[in-house]
Amino acid sequence: MGKYSGNPAAAAALFEGHQVHRDVYIDPEVFRLEMKHVFANAWVFVGHESQTPQKGDYFATSIGDQPVIQVRHSTGDIHVLYNRCPHKGTKIVIDRQGNTGKFFRCPYHAWSFKTDGCLLAIPLKKGYADTGLDQTESARGMKAVGAVRNYRGFIFARLAEEGISFEDFFGDSLSSLDNMVDRSPAGRLEVAGPPLRYMHHCNWKMLVENQTDTCHPMVAHESSAGTAVKLYEELNLPEDAPKPPAMEIIAPFMSPYEFFENMGIRTWPNGHGHTGVNHSIHSNYSRIPGYFEKMVESYGEEKAKAILDENRHNTVYFPNIMIKGPIQQLRIFIPLAANKTLVESYIYRLVDAPDELTARTAMYNRMINAPTSIVGHDDLEMYERAQEGLEADGLEWVNIQRLRTGEEDFSEEVVENGTTERQMRNQFDAWARFMTWDTPAREAAE
Amino acid sequence: MSVTREQVIDFIYDEARMLDEGRYTEWLALWLPDGHYWMPLDYQQTDPLNVTSLMYEDLFMLKLRVERLNGARTFSQKPKSRCHHVLQRPFVDEMNGDSFVTTTFMHYVETRLDEQQLLALTAKHDLALVDGSLRIANKRVDIVNCDAAFRNIQLLP
Repeated sequence: MGKYSGNPAAAAALFEGHQVHRDVYIDPEVFRLEMKHVFANAWVFVGHESQTPQKGDYFATSIGDQPVIQVRHSTGDIHVLYNRCPHKGTKIVIDRQGNTGKFFRCPYHAWSFKTDGCLLAIPLKKGYADTGLDQTESARGMKAVGAVRNYRGFIFARLAEEGISFEDFFGDSLSSLDNMVDRSPAGRLEVAGPPLRYMHHCNWKMLVENQTDTCHPMVAHESSAGTAVKLYEELNLPEDAPKPPAMEIIAPFMSPYEFFENMGIRTWPNGHGHTGVNHSIHSNYSRIPGYFEKMVESYGEEKAKAILDENRHNTVYFPNIMIKGPIQQLRIFIPLAANKTLVESYIYRLVDAPDELTARTAMYNRMINAPTSIVGHDDLEMYERAQEGLEADGLEWVNIQRLRTGEEDFSEEVVENGTTERQMRNQFDAWARFMTWDTPAREAAE
Repeated sequence: MSVTREQVIDFIYDEARMLDEGRYTEWLALWLPDGHYWMPLDYQQTDPLNVTSLMYEDLFMLKLRVERLNGARTFSQKPKSRCHHVLQRPFVDEMNGDSFVTTTFMHYVETRLDEQQLLALTAKHDLALVDGSLRIANKRVDIVNCDAAFRNIQLLP
């Protein structure tokens, strides 16, 4: 046994405000503790309700390392169940999505369960007469997670039975999700196709931190965005000629430091935060004919303008998703091991908005976040070099102190210079607190 | 002038060889200006635009992709990737005057450093005879495990 097993307080101490110890990225024991504590006590994104629109529809995914099923129950509400038969442990569903009808049936011994998890039937049940089965956990059926919340179509779950409420966990950070949904004239999103799935050999937190790392685009993406700008200039197109779509999507990554400094970063309590307070790389997208008119019809001119004037860049919801309101994208960083992360990038259709918006969103997704994307290649190269570099014993700490001039209070919402690393520190502050959320030390202190 | 079935088949082999040998200037010159290289994300995907694809690239994007491979600060290509196509004999599905459709089953290997991946794919080419030369009007590449979680695919399958 190493330094951290059974000792979440020792792991939490790896964050020192201005720096964080490399073990948070490379140590398998710290990873185990994250799964047991951080991912169990936080509210974690599961899926979108439109992935399970009909009764009996299910979607299989994971919360941290826990296999779960999001399922539409016969009453119409959505449940999140552990994907495990209470009998022998067999995964109940193995495909990523489908419809199970009125009940789940385990393929091994045909135990069946209602879509809220309750045990429905066991074949040859007389074999359990007088065995006391009804006193066991197995007889209660498929286990549900601790708590589930459907927020405007987005399903979040907390594995722990007891803990922080949804409202306390997210607070005012929900304004980013609101803005994404409000961009639909109907106030509703629908998932558009399957997600990109991209395997990264690095720690999941590197990806989360990168979402608000505004000092890397002009460096790491010079190869893609810089080359795009150069190619475009060489084309010498007339001013009024339509720009290649790649220019609208990729070129803003080459914006200078001042652009990112002035865009601003806002942090909220519990590790949430976003870039692009004042403007972002999404600010200057071309207008789609007919869209604004639809928005005015639904919301009135003033509110429609207010919704569309928000151009938040990346909003991180601790622990492991990022959303882009202006283009209706959600990326989830699914932790598989200390050095392995599956990134899934979803896009959503704005119900009642012109298709051109969905097309732009799909274009963004494939140009920036696909395993075939040149921008994705730039990023993955940096993450994996970091994952390997951190093994070097000469230095043990990772620096995160840009624009940190003293002790910070993460329990308040603040807006700062867009190149601060405060949001990274905010995430680690939440990480350390949720790591020790349910340890005896905390209970004793309260 | 017209082309034979044999010439259409040779064109497909030649294109794959250009990609494997990194002769991208020649390869880009095969394309008609309005062409798209489409690599669907979903099995039997029908819509390239309103759902995500792995690639749906116009000539500007393809040029950018190729140009980037040689950039001084293209760190994901230091060292460079290499690729290798193995083709089954292409099926010429349609020959209508100046336009041709082919289907080709391929195995594609891409490698960099100590990693190597194998993709099985079906390439569908729309070709056109323009000024006496065969050109690529559109190309669709379906990877058989298109919905799997991939590592980087940096070159052109």
